Amino acid sequence: MTHIKTLNTKLLQNTVEKGGCGECQTSCQSACKTSCTVANQACENR
Amino acid sequence: MIHKYTLNGMFIVLDVNSGAVHIVDELVYDILDYYREADTDTIVQKLSDKYGEDDIRTAISELDELVAARQLFTPDTYAAVAPFVKKREPVVKALCLHIAHDCNLKCKYCFAEEGEYHGKRELMSAEVGKKAIDMLIKTSGARKNLEIDFFGGEPLMNFGVVKEIVEYARSIENEHGKKFRFTITTNGILLDDEKLDYINKNMHNLVLSIDGRKEVNDRMRPRAGGQGSYDNIVPKFQKAAESRNQTDYYVRGTFTRHNLDFSEDVMHLADLGFKQISVEPVVADLSEDYAIQESDLPAIFKEYENLTNKIKERREKGEWFNFFHFMIDLTGGPCVIKRLVGCGSGTEYLAVSPSGDLYPCHQFVGRPEFKMGTVDTGVVNTDIRCDFENCNVYNKPACKECWARFYCSGGCVANSYNTHGDLISPYEIGCEMQRKRIECAIYLKACEE
Repeated sequence: MTHIKTLNTKLLQNTVEKGGCGECQTSCQSACKTSCTVANQACENR
Repeated sequence: MIHKYTLNGMFIVLDVNSGAVHIVDELVYDILDYYREADTDTIVQKLSDKYGEDDIRTAISELDELVAARQLFTPDTYAAVAPFVKKREPVVKALCLHIAHDCNLKCKYCFAEEGEYHGKRELMSAEVGKKAIDMLIKTSGARKNLEIDFFGGEPLMNFGVVKEIVEYARSIENEHGKKFRFTITTNGILLDDEKLDYINKNMHNLVLSIDGRKEVNDRMRPRAGGQGSYDNIVPKFQKAAESRNQTDYYVRGTFTRHNLDFSEDVMHLADLGFKQISVEPVVADLSEDYAIQESDLPAIFKEYENLTNKIKERREKGEWFNFFHFMIDLTGGPCVIKRLVGCGSGTEYLAVSPSGDLYPCHQFVGRPEFKMGTVDTGVVNTDIRCDFENCNVYNKPACKECWARFYCSGGCVANSYNTHGDLISPYEIGCEMQRKRIECAIYLKACEE
């Protein structure tokens, strides 16, 4: 492509089937106690 | 649904439902104003004053390719996944243990009301802590990784009990096929070499509370006698960070209306040698003089951009540090199911008061209407759990229309409750800041690719 550069990204639709194992960290256990941020949590099931 | 924005001359397009991120040129950016509504000939006509026809047609064909690859205007098919999440067997996998409802600082913005959480000064007993561990093992189903956060008040005021709980959990984790990860949050006043050594040997994460510059920290984080805490804690925190090889810890601060130039505080912490930094906006009643007001948002947006540029500049010089609220994992982040349900408060994540009462999260502790049970009974008020289970992005009207919903997962439920008195109406000022942080975080990622 000449006009568009797509960043290397995990596509969300590909995570539905094998997702939801629940082993990942809960957000508030890290460094945020008042402003929920989920997208920075690492997946434990890669 | 897409979201497009520019930052420092970069044109960025997010495809909300796939999570794809595209860096485009100005031509594509302009085409996207018409792409969904107009045919190719009409778009060529609309943009012919600014661009050549061949370029426009090539760019449109590239956009067509992305749509076909489900990386642009991807339909939202996840609403069907939400009922599946609700049907899962309820498990608890993380507990925030309020080890001490007492504190040796008098932080002015403390949502715990200087450690007491609307109640009396109280320390958790080892017995309550051990029962919490037993309850967690029993209610965690097949989950292997379990999390315990020692929180307060100030947990180092009851460190003997912290150690007893850690040792108890370690003594039984293998037989139950579990793995405990411990975090402790401290203001540092009582941190000494012996405690640090224990923490380093046993805690997966260490959160060190400091707001940044001395005058900023000491204004909001005074000791009981009114003197500041900065001089006492900084050398200890530096030592702690180094002793953990600058990983698996955070210095964590709060910014308020009094320091809207908070990028200076982040950089100050970086200049002190910290590599893992978190500074987040205060949550406060709007009547407080330090509370962030809607009118502050333009200045805060500008400040997040300032911070972005400062981080970029440092990283380009090889002086890397991590800013927690700009962390975003595009290649390995959470699955869409995690993104639907958010932080898990009231369901997977509960807080335990010193006397052993269960609450949906640390911010609800001490509010009787949110008491869910005790460490003896487990969760008995299942209506509250059900209310929190329903807190997914599809049940929050404002989130349905928001491009950031799969990054923040609907935001902090406690913030919603504090602002609106319900669990599903987002705290708008928080949303505005969250969206800006995501834009900055993705820009930083794009700069590094």
